Amino acid sequence: MIPTEYYIYLAGALFTIGVIGVLTRRNVLIILMSIELILNAVNINLVALSHYFKSVDGQVFAIFVITDAAAEAAVGLGLIIALFRNKETVNADEIDLLKW
Amino acid sequence: MAELTTFIILGLFALVAAIMVITRRNAVHSAIWLMITLFAVGGIFLMQHAEFLFAVQVILYVGGITVLFLFVVMLVDIDVQLKQARFARQWHLALVTAFLVVAQLGYALYNHGSGLNLPSRPMVPAPAQNTQAVGMALYQNYMLPVEIASILLLVAMVGAVIMAKRKLE
Repeated sequence: MIPTEYYIYLAGALFTIGVIGVLTRRNVLIILMSIELILNAVNINLVALSHYFKSVDGQVFAIFVITDAAAEAAVGLGLIIALFRNKETVNADEIDLLKW
Repeated sequence: MAELTTFIILGLFALVAAIMVITRRNAVHSAIWLMITLFAVGGIFLMQHAEFLFAVQVILYVGGITVLFLFVVMLVDIDVQLKQARFARQWHLALVTAFLVVAQLGYALYNHGSGLNLPSRPMVPAPAQNTQAVGMALYQNYMLPVEIASILLLVAMVGAVIMAKRKLE
C-alpha cells in the first residue's frame, strides 16, 4: 500500500515540468504538449484521492478533464494550422500581432 | 514492496519522459516521449484500480491525441524549427516563476511539518467493479455534466473544422 502523498508528490513534479515547458519553449506545438502534461498531473491527483476515499467521483472528474483535453487539443491544433497557413511560423516569439 | 517498486519505475518513466518532452528540439521526438509519459500515467491509474480510466487514457490520449499531435507536427514545417533556438527569450524569468511554483507546492505539502494532513478515510469498501461503478456515477449522479461535455465536444469539433478550413467566406 503506497502512501497517497507519493502520488501527490509525483503529480506536483509532473505539473512543474509542464509549467516549465509552457513558459520556456518557443514552439507552439510543444507548449500544447506541456499543457497535456499539466492536465495529466491533475488526473493523477484526482485518481489518487479517489482511491484514497474509496469513491469513484474523482475518476468521473478525471474523465471530464480528459474530455476537456481532447477538445483543447482539437481546437488548439486547428488554430496552429490556421496560424501556420497565414504566418508560416509556429514560433511563439514571432506571433506578436496583438503586441504594440 | 513490489508495489512500491512498480510505482517508482512508472513514476521515473513518467518524469524522465516528461523532461524529454520539454527539452527535445524536434517536435516529433517530443510527441513520442509524450506518448511514453501518457502510458506511464496510465500504469499509475491501473495501480490505483482505476481500470476504466486506464482504458480511456490509452485509447483517447495515446491513441487519439498523440496521433493528432504527430499529424500536425508533420503538416507544419519541421526543417525550419530545427535551426531555431529551442527556448524563448524570457526563459530566465520563466525558470524563476517555475521555482516559485515549486516553492509554493512544497510549502503547501510540508505546511505542518508532518507531510500531508489527509482526513481519515471512510470505512466503506471500494466498489468491486470499477467500470460498472464509474458508469453508474456518470449516468446517474453526473447526468447533466455528461450532456454539457457532449455539447463541449460538439462545439470543439465545429471550431476545429472552421479553424482548419482553407478560407472563410
